[in-house]
Amino acid sequence: MTEGAVTTTAGTPPEEAGPPARRRANPFQAMLHAHPSLSPLAVLVVAAVVFDLINNRMFSPGNLSIMLQQVAVIGLLALGQTIIILTAGIDLSVGAIMIFGQMVMAGLAINSGMPVVPALILGTLVAVLAGGINGVLATRFNVPPFIATLGTLGVFTAAGLKYANGQTLTPVPGSLLLWTGTVIRLGSFNITVGVVLTIALYIIIGYCLGRTAWGKHVYAVGDDPEAARLVGIRSSRTLLSVYLVAGLIYAVAAWVQIGRTGDASTDISSTLNLDSITAVVIGGVSLFGGRGVVLGTLFGALIVQVFQTGISLAGVQELYQELAEGLLVIAAVILDQWIRRVRR
Amino acid sequence: MTAETTSPRQNAPATRPVLAATGLFKSYGRVDALRGTDFELYPGEILAVIGDNGAGKSTLIRCLSGAETPDAGTITLDGRPVHFRDVQQAKQAGIETVYQTLAVSPALDIATNFYLGREVRKKGPLGSVFRMLDTTAMRRMAREQVTKLGIETLQDITQAVETLSGGQRQAVAVARAAAFGSKLIIMDEPTAALGVRESGQVDSLIRRLKDEGIPIILISHDMPSVFALADRIHIQRLGRRAAVITPQTHTMEQAVAIMTGAATA
Repeated sequence: MTEGAVTTTAGTPPEEAGPPARRRANPFQAMLHAHPSLSPLAVLVVAAVVFDLINNRMFSPGNLSIMLQQVAVIGLLALGQTIIILTAGIDLSVGAIMIFGQMVMAGLAINSGMPVVPALILGTLVAVLAGGINGVLATRFNVPPFIATLGTLGVFTAAGLKYANGQTLTPVPGSLLLWTGTVIRLGSFNITVGVVLTIALYIIIGYCLGRTAWGKHVYAVGDDPEAARLVGIRSSRTLLSVYLVAGLIYAVAAWVQIGRTGDASTDISSTLNLDSITAVVIGGVSLFGGRGVVLGTLFGALIVQVFQTGISLAGVQELYQELAEGLLVIAAVILDQWIRRVRR
Repeated sequence: MTAETTSPRQNAPATRPVLAATGLFKSYGRVDALRGTDFELYPGEILAVIGDNGAGKSTLIRCLSGAETPDAGTITLDGRPVHFRDVQQAKQAGIETVYQTLAVSPALDIATNFYLGREVRKKGPLGSVFRMLDTTAMRRMAREQVTKLGIETLQDITQAVETLSGGQRQAVAVARAAAFGSKLIIMDEPTAALGVRESGQVDSLIRRLKDEGIPIILISHDMPSVFALADRIHIQRLGRRAAVITPQTHTMEQAVAIMTGAATA
C-alpha cells in the first residue's frame, strides 16, 4: 500500500532499469493494482452524482438514512462472501443460510416460547454450523465451493422452509431480537443499530485481514494454495475458519434483517445470493482469489444500493436496474483481468 | 569409457555430517522412487544433487525437507535422528527449502512473503490479545536480510511479489531461506526458470551464502553451474546414490556417464 518510491542505486547495472520501467509504463494500471478499492469508489461517486442530478431527493438525509438501513443486510452478506471469495471460493448459499438463521431465531422465540437470548444464540450457532458444513465439504471432501454451496443452497432453503412450515413468523417478541432496528438519531440522520453493527463488522474483518497472520494466510491460500502449504500454512484450517466466520457474519445479517422488518420470512428477496456476489465483484475483489479489500466490497454494496434507490426514484422500470447491475459486474471482471496483468 | 571409481567416504570431510540419511525407501503405488538411498551433507559445503529424470532426486529432497515421509530409513540432523511429519517441523529444526515453484504468494508484498507462516506479532496486549502483526519490525528485518545478501535489485520491500521479475522473485525466495535456515538450505533447481544473467546473479547469491558458512544442498540440471559451485556432487540413479564425486576428480562427461549408467562409479 506504500507508494513505490524507487531509488536507483548507483551500482545497479543499466539492464536492471529495463523491466521496472516497462512495468511502470502504465501508472494508472499500477495504481488500480495497488489500491483495489479505487475503481469501485470512482463508480460509486459517478453513480451518486448522476442520480443526484436526476433527482435531488436522492441524498436528502431522510433518503440516505433509508439507503443505509437497506444496505446493511446485503452489505453484511457481501462481507462474508468477500472472505470466501478471497480464498478463491464462492458461497451460493449465503442468502439461504441467513434466512435459515433468522427463521430459527424468530421461530424459537415465537413458536417454542424460548427466551430471546438463547434463541438468538442458537440461531447464530445454526448459521455458523451451516457455514461450517460448506467449509467441511470444500476442505475435507474436496467438493469445489461452487458445487458444495449450490448443493447446500437447496438444503438450507428447504431447512428454512421446513422449520417454519413456510410461514412468516411474526410478531417477533423481545427487545433484543429487534434491537438491531433501534433508531439512533444523528442530527437529521436516522441510522439504526444494525447499520452500526455492519460498520463495526467491516472494521473488525478489515483489521483481521490486513493486520493479523490469519488475514495474510487467507490471502496466501487464495493466491496460491500450494505455495501456502509449502511455507507451512495449514490451508484446510484456514479455509474452514473462513467459512465459519462467514457463517457468523450471516447470523448478524439475519439479526439485522429481523430488526429491520420486525418479522422473519422465507420469501424475502431470492436475489440475496447473487446480490452479495455482485457487490463483492463490483467492489474489486478478484474471483480468482487472493486480492481485494473489504472497503471495496463496502463500496460495491453501496453501488448496488445507489442503483436500486436511484433507478426507483428516477421512475424508470426496474429492469434497468438489473441491466445496470449486470453490466457493472461484467465491467468489473474485465477490469480485474486487466489489472491482474500487472503480474509478470 | 570408465569413470574413476570413488566411494563416498573418500571425498567426505572428516567431520560429522550436518544432515545424513541411510537406506531411505519411498514408493508411490507401484513406483519405487527411492530404493535405499544414502546421503550426507557436511558443514559449510555446497553439495550438488544430480540425476536423470526419475532417479529419485525430487523424492529425496522432499524427504529431507519434510514434505514427504520416507517409508523406511533414517534421517539424522547433527547426529540426532529426526522424523519430520511436515514442512513446518523441518523448518523449526532449521532446514529451509527454496522450491522450484518458489512458494511465494504473488499478491503479497516481499516482507509479508518473508514472514508468511511465521509472522511476528507486536509486543504487549496489541499482539497477544488483538493479534496485531508487527509490520514495521518484519519489514525492517526483511530489508536487513536483503541488504546483507547484497540483493540490490530488491529495493522496495513493500512491493508485491507479482510485480517482480523471475530473478527478483528467486532472490526473495533465497533471501527468505537464508534468513531462517539456521542449519542448512535446500535449493531445488534455483535457476531452471531464469535467463543467463539472472542465473548468474543467483549463483553468486549461493556463493555468498556459502561464505556465511551455511551448508547448501543444490539440486540442478545445469552442469556448468553445478561444477562451478559444488564442493561435492551426489549422483542419484535408479532410486539409489550411484556415486559422490568432486569437480576436481571428475569431468562433466564422466558425471553424465555415471548419471545415465554408461559408466559405474
